[in-house]
Amino acid sequence: MFESLSEKLEGALKTVTGQGRITELNIATTMREIRRALLDADVNYQVARDFTERVKEKALGGEVLRSVSPGQQLVKIVYDELVHFLGETHHGIELAPVPPTIILVAGLQGSGKTTFCGKLARYYKRKGRAPMLAAADVYRPAAVDQLKKLAESIGVPVYALEEDGQVVQDAVRVASEAVAEARRNARDILIIDTAGRMHIDERMMQEVQDIKTAVEPHEILFVVDSMTGQDAVNTAREFNERLDFDGVVLTKLDGDTRGGAALSIRSVVHKPIKFASTGEKLDALTEFYPDRMAQRILGMGDVVSFVERAQEQFDEKQAARLQKKIRTEEFNLEDFYEQLQRIKKMGSLKDLLGMIPGMGRQIRDLDVDDDAFKHIEAIISSMTVEERLNPQIINGSRRRRIARGCGLEVHDVNQLLKQFREMKKMMKTMTKLMGKGRAVDLSALMGGR
Amino acid sequence: MGLFDRFKKHDQDRLEEGLEKTRTSLFGKLDRLVRGKDTVDDEVLDELEEVLVTSDVGVKTTLDIIDRVEARVARDKYVSTKELQAMIRAEIADLMLGDSAERPAGFDAPLPHRPYVIMVVGVNGVGKTTTIGKLAYRYKEAGKRVLLGAADTFRAAAIEQLDIWAERAGVPIIKQKHGADPAAVAFDTLQAATARDVDVVIIDTAGRLHTKGGLMDELAKIKRVMGRQVPGAPHEVLLVLDASTGQNAIRQAEAFTESVDVTGLVLTKLDGTAKGGIVIGISNEFRIPVKYIGVGERIEDLQVFDRRAFVDALFK
Ligand SMILES: Nc1nc2c(ncn2[C@@H]2O[C@H](COP(=O)(O)OP(=O)(O)OP(=O)(O)O)[C@@H](O)[C@H]2O)c(=O)[nH]1
Ligand SMILES: Nc1nc2c(ncn2[C@@H]2O[C@H](COP(=O)(O)OP(=O)(O)OP(=O)(O)O)[C@@H](O)[C@H]2O)c(=O)[nH]1
Ligand SMILES: [Mg+2]
Ligand SMILES: [Mg+2]
Repeated sequence: MFESLSEKLEGALKTVTGQGRITELNIATTMREIRRALLDADVNYQVARDFTERVKEKALGGEVLRSVSPGQQLVKIVYDELVHFLGETHHGIELAPVPPTIILVAGLQGSGKTTFCGKLARYYKRKGRAPMLAAADVYRPAAVDQLKKLAESIGVPVYALEEDGQVVQDAVRVASEAVAEARRNARDILIIDTAGRMHIDERMMQEVQDIKTAVEPHEILFVVDSMTGQDAVNTAREFNERLDFDGVVLTKLDGDTRGGAALSIRSVVHKPIKFASTGEKLDALTEFYPDRMAQRILGMGDVVSFVERAQEQFDEKQAARLQKKIRTEEFNLEDFYEQLQRIKKMGSLKDLLGMIPGMGRQIRDLDVDDDAFKHIEAIISSMTVEERLNPQIINGSRRRRIARGCGLEVHDVNQLLKQFREMKKMMKTMTKLMGKGRAVDLSALMGGR
Repeated sequence: MGLFDRFKKHDQDRLEEGLEKTRTSLFGKLDRLVRGKDTVDDEVLDELEEVLVTSDVGVKTTLDIIDRVEARVARDKYVSTKELQAMIRAEIADLMLGDSAERPAGFDAPLPHRPYVIMVVGVNGVGKTTTIGKLAYRYKEAGKRVLLGAADTFRAAAIEQLDIWAERAGVPIIKQKHGADPAAVAFDTLQAATARDVDVVIIDTAGRLHTKGGLMDELAKIKRVMGRQVPGAPHEVLLVLDASTGQNAIRQAEAFTESVDVTGLVLTKLDGTAKGGIVIGISNEFRIPVKYIGVGERIEDLQVFDRRAFVDALFK
């Protein structure tokens, strides 16, 4: 997508090349493309409009650089502006000088609050803190049970209020008593889970306000599903008006949503996004990185996460060698094979490959699990060294021979070669595009940072 | 009876306030603009674009709709405000399936198979389990014998949650313990359904992101296993979509359709301010009808989808 956005921009900007300067006239089409890309990524209509306006102002009058194409230059401006807008620095949660630090978690139904509460408790526990959870969702069927089970799995206590096996329907009371309980047991962090609620549900919005008044939390977090569309601005605004929350948690980022809601929310409430939730398991919590989010919104995939894990596996020398190979288009199947061996050590192959821009879909089709991984290995293994070094010589009869050699179909061999070609192309684009970029360059991708 | 009646009542008092605040309820806006004008001008089309995009219809489908409207305006020379509005609505409604053949039969209508097996799928937290509770209640009220299968054995307390819904609806449930093989639970449920002479079986499944190949395969397997116990089962595969979801819902529809051949959509959480416009493109592109909508968390908060009412709501 990123590739296609920049390709589109290339087309739209042909006229700019040779003109020396970016003017209102010569970037009109481009701005439309950018706006559309943002809308496709679920950035709110109005926000997308304001944003492109700002980008335009930045771009206007700018010199068209010689080293990069105008399209790349504009994408870079968009990217930088996005990163800037999403908040350049990481914001954590400040702990209260006098414990317990009280953290109130709120949001719409099903956004991932309860899971996040479990994750946050785990996060603090691993930092040597003594967290406690409070089950103030007294409505949803089995909500208390859910929190208890999550808490049990990480060995964190939960405060819940039940009488005769029934959940007491008083969220404010649960929250208040939990604070007292945390003090009594010297727990230094209290995380309060609340019921999902619609921002226009007056009674429920009042309830969460009442909880706030009763416990005076040090931190209020608004949990949002990253797949949210245009309505994100409405819900964020309303929750913010009611609670004046301190930060946002974006969930379900392990999927392929472009996550434009992040930009929408930032621009209407000006509150930092503090955490990213990336899976159902309790260890799937990360700090929020604006650069990754910007790449995502622009459709570049979660390159940086990939980079980080890659760094653990690749040393600098190898990285430099690889980078050069990619730049000079020498990257061959032998290198690919070698990389796969390393990637194998980095964790779930599927997750990793999924982070590479444009790979998500192919992976699903290919069904790259460990078996498929073995397939790739098998296919490459039955190639001659010459074929590995020069994949372009692999013609039809060679394909048939390779397929026979590894006991797979010619189709599988074709798939692999296609995937390899696409990967190569993608890597090259990335080096070109981000070579001077702040976040991603290929030396980083391969560990040389 | 207007099928959106509950929805309307539920929302009526907040509507004015919401309208002002959200500025996404644009029927009023459009109405204002069109009033007093006899033709569609660019300003109206721009407004239409804004209405549709802010309802999550998506750029592509929005442009399709605008093209259709323009083509129609070019054809029909004179357009009054009323006609224009009707025309726009008709063009949008036409994109969605919704003829009587695709509408779900009433809950009391005779079912084409016995047991009639419904499998409910979707990404995390969209409202699958809640929808199952509501459906079970409706079928039960209509005099059907219902059985639920707790095949979400993964999420913490998912079984307990469905159990509570079964109790609320007054229907039995087949479950195993947390961590059990979901396909085995589905199989057991269908076996029990045959033995107990049940009319309707509804299988809950764990929420899963459509990008996770392994989990999608698991879903396909659950489906396959059901067919082994009851020929043709599941007869209905409902994909639940959250109305607040943006363009990613297209990806969801695509992936779930591919792995389990979705036969109907359920659009939940329409009691908020999100319009769920994404289903227009999905219904059109994948030829899957929207069958039900969720309008709240209570057991009665389920309605049969009515595309005209839905389109009207886009402009409210
Ligand atoms: N894939 C994925 N699933 C998630 C993530 N966070 C939560 N979930 C899942 O989303 C669903 C809803 O999560 P919950 O934590 O129950 O959400 P909630 O906001 O507490 O829901 P309510 O209390 O009903 O409003 C569950 O299936 C979770 O496992 C995430 O980051 N990634
Ligand atoms: N306001 C509103 N809330 C709903 C609706 N449908 C479901 N919910 C709420 O959304 C949350 C998630 O619903 P569930 O039924 O647990 O969703 P699910 O898809 O089964 O979730 P997982 O199994 O965790 O993937 C709960 O808090 C429900 O009460 C609806 O139509 N309107
Ligand atoms: Mg919860
Ligand atoms: Mg469920």
